[in-house]
Amino acid sequence: MFNAFAQIVRKELLGAFRQQSDILNPIWFFVIVVTLFPLGIGTDPVLLARIAPGIIWVAALLAALLSFERLFKDDFIDGSLEQMMLAPYPLAWLVSAKVFAHWLLTGLPILLVSPLLAIFLSLEANTFWALFLTLLIGTPILSLLGAIGVALTIGLRKGGVLLSLIMLPLSIPILIFSTMAIDAAAYGQSYIGMLALLGAMLVGAITLAPFAIAASLRVSVS
Amino acid sequence: MWKWLHPYAKSEKSYALSGKLMPWFLVTAVITFVVGMVWGLAFAPADYQQGDSFRIIYIHVPAAMMAMAAYSTMAIAAFIALVWQIRLAEMTVAATAPIGAVYTFIALFTGAAWGKPMWGAWWVWDARLTSELILLFVYLGIIALYNAFSDKVLAGRAASILTLVGVINLPIIHFSVVWWNTLHQGATITKFDKPSMDTAMLYPLLIMIISFAAFLGFMSLYRFRNEILHRESHRPWVISLVQQSSTQINKRG
Repeated sequence: MFNAFAQIVRKELLGAFRQQSDILNPIWFFVIVVTLFPLGIGTDPVLLARIAPGIIWVAALLAALLSFERLFKDDFIDGSLEQMMLAPYPLAWLVSAKVFAHWLLTGLPILLVSPLLAIFLSLEANTFWALFLTLLIGTPILSLLGAIGVALTIGLRKGGVLLSLIMLPLSIPILIFSTMAIDAAAYGQSYIGMLALLGAMLVGAITLAPFAIAASLRVSVS
Repeated sequence: MWKWLHPYAKSEKSYALSGKLMPWFLVTAVITFVVGMVWGLAFAPADYQQGDSFRIIYIHVPAAMMAMAAYSTMAIAAFIALVWQIRLAEMTVAATAPIGAVYTFIALFTGAAWGKPMWGAWWVWDARLTSELILLFVYLGIIALYNAFSDKVLAGRAASILTLVGVINLPIIHFSVVWWNTLHQGATITKFDKPSMDTAMLYPLLIMIISFAAFLGFMSLYRFRNEILHRESHRPWVISLVQQSSTQINKRG
C-alpha cells in the first residue's frame, strides 16, 4: 500500500522533471505577480513590508490555481484515472499520493523562492519566519482544497474559471489566519495560536479531503 | 420506524406531499410577515442608542439566520444524497441553493444599509460580514457548478459534494464573532438565559424569523417541485399531470 503511494509520487515527479515548464511556469507567475506590486504602488519599504504578507499569499493562491489544471487532467484524458479507480487500493489513498506529489512540485518551490521575495518586499527576519511557517502549513491545505475543485470540474469543458470560483472562497480562511499570524509577528506578538489553527485545518484537510476528492473523481469520471 | 418515510423516495409521492405542504408555509409566511412587520416597524420602541434605524434588524437578522439555515438544509440533504444515494435529496440541494444565495444577499445588503448610519461606512471588513460574503461566494460556486454540468444527475452529485466541503464555512461564520471579536455587535438573541434585547423588540423579531423560515420552506418546496417536473419530464405521471393541467386551462380559456 505504501509502495503504491511511493510509486505514484515517483511517477509524478518523474513526469514533472521530463516536462519542466509545467512546474516552472506557475513559479515564474508567482514571482512576477509579486514583482508587479512594488512597480504598481511604489517602493516605499515601510508600505511594502506592511502589505507583503497579503501580496505573497494572494500570489501564492493564484499560482496554485494555475498549477491545478495538470493535477488530474492528463490522467483523465489518457485513462489512467480509471485504472486508479480499478486498482486494489482505496482511491482516496492513491489520490492523496497525487496531491502530495503536487505539493512537492508547486508548494515546495513557493517556499523555496519566498526568501527572495522577502528581500524584494523588505520583510524583517521575524516576519519572514512567520510567512515561511504559514506557507509551510498553508500550501498543503491549498493543494488539498484545489484537488477537490479540480476533481469536480475535470469533466467540464470550461472548468478553469469554475475551479477558481469554487476554490478561492474555500481558501479564504487560510488566507485570513496566515496574514493574521504574519501581522502578529510584524508587531512582535506571539503567533503560535494562528499557526495552531492553520495546523488544525491542515490535519482536517488531510483526513477529510482525500475522500471528497475520490468521491468527486467518481462523479466526474462516470 | 423509518418505514413511513420510504414512499417519499419516489418523486411522485414527494411531489404530492410538497404540493400539500406549500400553501401552509405560504399562509404562515404571509401572516407572520404582516404581523411582524407592522409590530416591528410601527409599535416596537425605538432603540435608545440607534434610534429608529435599528428596525432594519427585522429584515437583517432573519435573512442572515435563514441564509445559514438554507445552507444547513443543503448540507443535510447533500449528506443524505451521497450516503443513501437518494436523488430527491440532490434535487433539494439544487432547489435550495439559489434561495439561500438570495437570503445571503439580503443579509449583506441590509447589513450595509445598517452599517452606514451606525458605523459610518457601507462596508466594514468585519469578521461576520466577511464570512457572510464568503457564504455568498460558496453559494454562487455551488450554483455555477450545478449549472455547468449538462447531465443533471452528475450535476446534483457534484453540487452535493461541494456543499459538504463548504459546510466548513458554517462553523467559521458561527464562531467568527467569538474568534475575532471586532466591530459587529455580538449575537443578540441566541443567548437564551439573558437576552440583551427588550422583549418588546424581541417578539416581532421572533415572528419575523418564523416568517422568513416559512417563506424559505415555501420557496424551496416550489423550486423542488419544479426540479422534479424538469428532471422527471419523461415519466408517465409527469406527462399525464401536464396533460391534465393543460386540459383544465383549455376548459377555462
